[in-house]
Amino acid sequence: MERTTLDLWVGMFVVAGIGALVVLAFKVGNLSTYNVSDAYQLQANFSNIGGLKSQASIKSAGVLVGRVTGITLDNKQYEAKVAMSIDSRYQFPKDTIAKILTSGLLGEQYIGLDPGGDTEMLKGGEVIKQTQSAVILEDMIGKFVYSKAESGK
Amino acid sequence: MAIVSSLRGIGSRVINAVWRIGYASRFFMMTLFYSGLSFRRFRLTVREIFFSGVMSLIIILVAGMFVGMVLGLQGYETLKRYGSESALGSLVALSLVRELGPVLAALLFASRAGSAMTAEIGLMKATEQISAMEMMAVNPIARVVAPRFWAGVLSMPLLAAMFSAMGVFGGYVVGVVLIGVDEGSFWSQMQGAVDFKHDVLNGVIKSFVFGVAVTVISLFEGYDAPPTAEGVSGATTRTVVESSLAVLMLDFMLTAFMFRGD
Repeated sequence: MERTTLDLWVGMFVVAGIGALVVLAFKVGNLSTYNVSDAYQLQANFSNIGGLKSQASIKSAGVLVGRVTGITLDNKQYEAKVAMSIDSRYQFPKDTIAKILTSGLLGEQYIGLDPGGDTEMLKGGEVIKQTQSAVILEDMIGKFVYSKAESGK
Repeated sequence: MAIVSSLRGIGSRVINAVWRIGYASRFFMMTLFYSGLSFRRFRLTVREIFFSGVMSLIIILVAGMFVGMVLGLQGYETLKRYGSESALGSLVALSLVRELGPVLAALLFASRAGSAMTAEIGLMKATEQISAMEMMAVNPIARVVAPRFWAGVLSMPLLAAMFSAMGVFGGYVVGVVLIGVDEGSFWSQMQGAVDFKHDVLNGVIKSFVFGVAVTVISLFEGYDAPPTAEGVSGATTRTVVESSLAVLMLDFMLTAFMFRGD
């Protein structure tokens, strides 16, 4: 068994291939901003989540603090249960309000956290009590048309 | 009478096709079963990685670069209308990593390396080298087919990753360097849109599946080729046609499984 130039070429090929994968992971993808290991879970119930998707971002004051990990329907109250994973570097007071917001006019929906003034902080597994649902354009137009019709009498 | 004979022709074609599918499945299982040798004597596989993987590098890199440049140009023209040129990075990266990288790399691999594999094995059979191996109690599947199979399966994801990386670079050259899209938003929008697990890993899985499909088709067509000059040429043509169709169909199925909006 001796080394040949062929081995060198194949070695270079494998190194270049793995290098390309690393570039895709870190430069093109979001692996460099991925730290799921040190995160805690929170929950919030919304009466309507609009177009919110799993993996949507959670922001507070515009800073990315976590991601939505799961969306299920509560079968008793018919509310959307949203599971969130928040970076453990950030703590939020108990009376934090979770809102579903839209980035830009037609952008993706995300959850915005508005911290309150409580001195006690939310711990892992707890539920955010105060929430504000997504703004549904159709509902808004419906209300607008209805109020116009009423005032026009 | 013409109706009867044409019906007979259709029937025999269908039976022949089913027969070949069964034979191909058995061939695939035999290849997996006798793969031990290609890892115990890894030098055999390394040799084949050189001929199918390394030799395809140039075409993959050049094609990836130009596909990325075209995406950059066309994407910019379209996005400009909506005033969102900064999304160019995510457009180029997502379309390359999810679809174009694995699919085009597999199509190029099928025509560059797959056809060569078919012709090589078909000629080995036509010149009775395969029968000679059997005479010497060397299993031709273990010695000839399995190393080529594993070489193709191992090279395909690497080639697809290089294609995508090169394409992103091509999109960068056209979008940022030549047209002048803001560099910071190009990369940050890209990183915001491309998810490692959802996009990059699924692309790798896709190219792995394509690698299996393309190499199995190429090797089987070579192994099954009639041992004549005409037979080998027909088998090589069939390899390119069948593996291209298989890649495109598998791509649709895998996309339907992977990227249904969740």
